Amino acid sequence: MIRIPCPFCGPRDHAEFSYGGDGSITYPALDAPLEAWHDAVFLRENICGRQVETWQHVHGCRLWLKVERDTMSHEIYSVTPADPALAKVLEGGE
Amino acid sequence: MTRFSGWNVFWQGMTGQKGWARQWRDPQPKSHYDVVIVGGGLHGLATAYYLASNHGIRNIAVLEKGWVGGGNAGRNTTIVRSNYAQPGNREFYEHSLKLWENLSHDLNYNVMFSQRSHIALLHSPGAIDAASRNYNTMRLTGTPDAEIWDLDRLKQAVPHLNYAADARFPIMGAAVQTRAGTARHDAVVWGYARAADQLGVDIVQNCGVTGVVREAGRITALETPRGRITAGKIGFAVAGNTSRLWTMAGLGRLPIESHKLQAFVSEPLKPLLDQVVVFGMGGSHFYISQSDKGGMVFGGDLDWYKSYAQRGNLPIVQDVAEAAMSVMPCLGRVKLLRHWAGVVDMSMDGSHFICRTPLDNLYLNTGWNYGGFKATPASGWWFADLIANDRPAPMIANFDLKRFERGLQIDERGAGPDPKLHG
Repeated sequence: MIRIPCPFCGPRDHAEFSYGGDGSITYPALDAPLEAWHDAVFLRENICGRQVETWQHVHGCRLWLKVERDTMSHEIYSVTPADPALAKVLEGGE
Repeated sequence: MTRFSGWNVFWQGMTGQKGWARQWRDPQPKSHYDVVIVGGGLHGLATAYYLASNHGIRNIAVLEKGWVGGGNAGRNTTIVRSNYAQPGNREFYEHSLKLWENLSHDLNYNVMFSQRSHIALLHSPGAIDAASRNYNTMRLTGTPDAEIWDLDRLKQAVPHLNYAADARFPIMGAAVQTRAGTARHDAVVWGYARAADQLGVDIVQNCGVTGVVREAGRITALETPRGRITAGKIGFAVAGNTSRLWTMAGLGRLPIESHKLQAFVSEPLKPLLDQVVVFGMGGSHFYISQSDKGGMVFGGDLDWYKSYAQRGNLPIVQDVAEAAMSVMPCLGRVKLLRHWAGVVDMSMDGSHFICRTPLDNLYLNTGWNYGGFKATPASGWWFADLIANDRPAPMIANFDLKRFERGLQIDERGAGPDPKLHG
């Protein structure tokens, strides 16, 4: 079991969360060329080691989170809200 | 090398079993080979065997970072079937099943292929309709043993499933492939290794690739702990670790993600289950068969997050146990002997890749998702054909890295481009 420290709910078992996937992908504009969409939808870096990914706390606050995790050791380095505005508020920015 | 035969087994029995030699050599790697296959698993060894036996190439090495049979070849649940409905997949897996049917003779090694039938349980009229469509498609495209069983026939064949009418998902029938079954996984990988070795293939264990030397559009050499090896042609067949090699070769991203899949085996029991039974309903997934040693071999879903770690998590153990109890309540008092996880190469549409790559002399075999074991003979057969002839045969024409650019997804489940959903 991985323990994910949710910034809102505290440390919780990963079974409370739903896995999103690679969090480093930025989706292109709707009118971007097809190749850009192909790359974003189908291609993955598939890192062995530290990677950024998204998880949703479906059985908790229901927020999408950005989790930095090692894909070999499963160690978690950081957890922040996926919404940058919310992340900024939590940091005490606004 | 002593050929296995009834007479030899008898003679060795009479003379104290002293005459058996080791099954394959342990050669020092040479500095150059015509073909180097990276990955000494089922697919890599099968490829080397068919390169030698079908195409007459003899100067071949297979590089294995661990030992033969220590990766996914020793971690699968040994199921062989060809119940696929999508064009491309159905022909490929049916060809594979036909190769399985003669594999023990071909390799002179008993792979214990047991065509005990594969029974997928159905739980609603809609599911029966959908399965009928798929299994009719199979019958029309060259797989004659696809059947839909009603409840009476199923109860006769497997009397000890949970047939309660008030079950959460009552069993209403089954989609059955009668030529499907299981094989002994160790025997398959050992059989291919032995047969390839006999044809002169060097199987080099404890020899992982640590670096890839590139020059323009080719790979010139592979760095290994046992020295630099140059090769005319190179094939990657490393399942869950494909992206790591791909990055080493400086080739960027791939349409696959590495996930881990668990499997389980119970203490040995007297004969209990003579088929492969599969249950998949809503968020629950469970499949089970009984090994010849008596252990109940079973599994369920992926661990649901990307991982390179060959160890499973506990929530899935609970999920699988719950599914087991809902389908076969008689398993309730059986003790679990072991559970483990393997790293699988989940692709974006649930189908595989056997293809050329952006580099002239590099060929790729990956994306086997849940189903690499049954694909072994055909995977090796067609990967060898691709490497030897440097062109994809019609059988694998659509299993290239560009198929998504052409708008083609070979998606049996219709799950969409999310690797973890193609279980």
